Amino acid sequence: MSKTLHTEAQAAEPGWDMVLRPRRRLFDLRLGELAHARDLILLFVRRDFVAVYKQTILGPLWYLIQPLLTTITFTIIFGNIAALSTDGLPQFLFYMSGTVIWTYFASCLTKTSDTFIHNTHLFGKVYFPRLAVPISILFSNLIAFAIQFGLFLVFIGFFAVQQANIHPNWWILLTPLLLLMMAGLGLGFGIIISSLTTRYRDLRFLVQFGVELLMFVTPVIYPTSAIPAQYQGLIQFNPMAPIVEAFRYAYLGAGTVNFVQLAYSFGFMLLVLILGVIIFNRVEATFMDTV
Amino acid sequence: MSSLVISVENVSKAYRLGQISSGTLSNDLKVWWAKARHKPNPLLKIGQPMHGNVEGEILWALREVSFTVEQGKVLGIIGRNGAGKSTILKILSRVTAPSSGEVKIRGRIASLLEVGTGFHPELTGRENIYLNGAILGMKRAEIDRKFDEILDFSEVQDFIDTPVKRYSSGMYVRLAFAVAAHLEPEILVVDEVLAVGDAEFQRKCLGKMGDVAQQGRTVLFVSHNMSAILRLTQEAIVLKEGRLALRAAAPQAVEYYLASGAGQSGERLWEAQEVPASADPFRPIALRLLDKGGKVVDTVRSVEPFTIEMEYELSAPLTGLRVGIYLNSVRGDQVLTSFDTDDPERFERLTTRLAGRYVSRCRVPADLLNNGRYTLGVNASSFRVRRYFMDEQALTFNVDPAGAPGMQWAEPRPGVLRPRFTWEIETR
Repeated sequence: MSKTLHTEAQAAEPGWDMVLRPRRRLFDLRLGELAHARDLILLFVRRDFVAVYKQTILGPLWYLIQPLLTTITFTIIFGNIAALSTDGLPQFLFYMSGTVIWTYFASCLTKTSDTFIHNTHLFGKVYFPRLAVPISILFSNLIAFAIQFGLFLVFIGFFAVQQANIHPNWWILLTPLLLLMMAGLGLGFGIIISSLTTRYRDLRFLVQFGVELLMFVTPVIYPTSAIPAQYQGLIQFNPMAPIVEAFRYAYLGAGTVNFVQLAYSFGFMLLVLILGVIIFNRVEATFMDTV
Repeated sequence: MSSLVISVENVSKAYRLGQISSGTLSNDLKVWWAKARHKPNPLLKIGQPMHGNVEGEILWALREVSFTVEQGKVLGIIGRNGAGKSTILKILSRVTAPSSGEVKIRGRIASLLEVGTGFHPELTGRENIYLNGAILGMKRAEIDRKFDEILDFSEVQDFIDTPVKRYSSGMYVRLAFAVAAHLEPEILVVDEVLAVGDAEFQRKCLGKMGDVAQQGRTVLFVSHNMSAILRLTQEAIVLKEGRLALRAAAPQAVEYYLASGAGQSGERLWEAQEVPASADPFRPIALRLLDKGGKVVDTVRSVEPFTIEMEYELSAPLTGLRVGIYLNSVRGDQVLTSFDTDDPERFERLTTRLAGRYVSRCRVPADLLNNGRYTLGVNASSFRVRRYFMDEQALTFNVDPAGAPGMQWAEPRPGVLRPRFTWEIETR
């Protein structure tokens, strides 16, 4: 066994393209390989998209039905019955903005958290950069998001024509950054969970309702401004809160957000992502021995 | 030295038996904490007596295996089930990492551990060629370039835009192999893919592999098919209980493997721990080769009848069980397959076998086999329900031709059969 430690410490030898060792160094993340797997990622995205709509009757329509029904439900329950504040925005648009953006984050997280479990068969047969799978999920979800976002824009247009109290503004330009942050957070958390579920299966069950609970501590069905002052500070620890608020502020013109909070979310995202990639890489090397 | 493309140095691979991980989060944290301080694993049992390649709760699938492969060589890897063949391929193809030691590789390595990996049933043949190609490491442009060639090889041109879920299994395999065969890696790792497809297609696959080697690329070939090993490889390594037992020219390696692995004694006994849990409730005990007088032998005479007997135990009643033998020549030709309930009447009568110990005995008539070496395999299954146990190479034995027809001519007689036919010679 002492031999093992010795070889680990050696540097990669010249003349060899690849050296396989028991353990990789902590930051040997092989991101270069991932860049070479662009085609693979695209094909995975295509597969996921095609496979989903080939098996259903309504096909891509599902991407529209789901946020519509959720928005209507939220409008009735939280808007009309519970009469929660919407920062003075039209209830329908308020809930729709929250639903559309939250759905992207939630689906990125839940779907990437199954990476190892769902691909056991594939991973056991052939090597390719494993991160290609969760990354392709981010893009498949982005397609779904684009469809839902389009629907959201249609409704904004509709409400704008009706002279509703909405004020889209220059914050809209931040949309790609907000998406990037959500994708990063979803991926980071997702691959950490997927790495841990290879050992502790029970974590899978935690994910589903964990994400649901997380939604309630994120200003999806209520605005940050409606939170009692003593909890205001608390909710700002949630890295998703500024993202949802910023999105809403950009397109509807009401929300509580500033750049410091967004910078915090961004930093948090980077941290989770780096941690996730490191853990994922560790598990990847020997995952096949534990299933 | 510079033409080495693979260098395997002291590679070992340990699997923990039984439970996955140490089971609980707290134990894992303890181990992790000890490791972080470079202390030994507090939960690892040490100094236990060894048994085969199992040590305590650790199964050593590979132990200190070292070998090198030069560019352009076709190296065969042979060994019994559990000898570590698949493990070494998994390490080489990067599916799993070694527990210790290291492997150095020069060039792109691709494996055909199982064809059709990543095929999606809803996608068409065309879409799957691209997806599968990318999974195996090809770039889109590369696949574009080889698309027609792949299509030609696969022989499924007419169905290329049909979802593969509508393919017959033969078409599916042909398409899958076609993609893999056109990978053009510097190193190709092949494991038993030849077990699939019809004979015609298998020949094509073997041909393709031969081409690959002739183009200066390196092939690692794992197979139970000794004739394929002999035909395709110049050199082979024999693995035994996770260790490298021999590296030699292919004929010697095959000879060594057949002589050492399978019982030369005319009898193969199974220890309880050798039988996989999946065999339950079937437990093989012994396979024996008996001569005319009922003595266990490793050589039978072509001109005398002999008996093959399989002893086994059922720990629970089994319905529809059939216990049978495979007879193959060591060159890999299938000679015959026979089951103890082949007789339809017996099959009807013996529907359920109660728990207990059994012997299924098969009498082989005289004047059947040509001289040479044969292997006997065992299969216990319920048709279309389950295969309980299979060992394709449980025993090898020799057939002595003394007294057989045509022995007056001292020449090798081709073929696996040497029956005593009745010839008539008439004058007209």
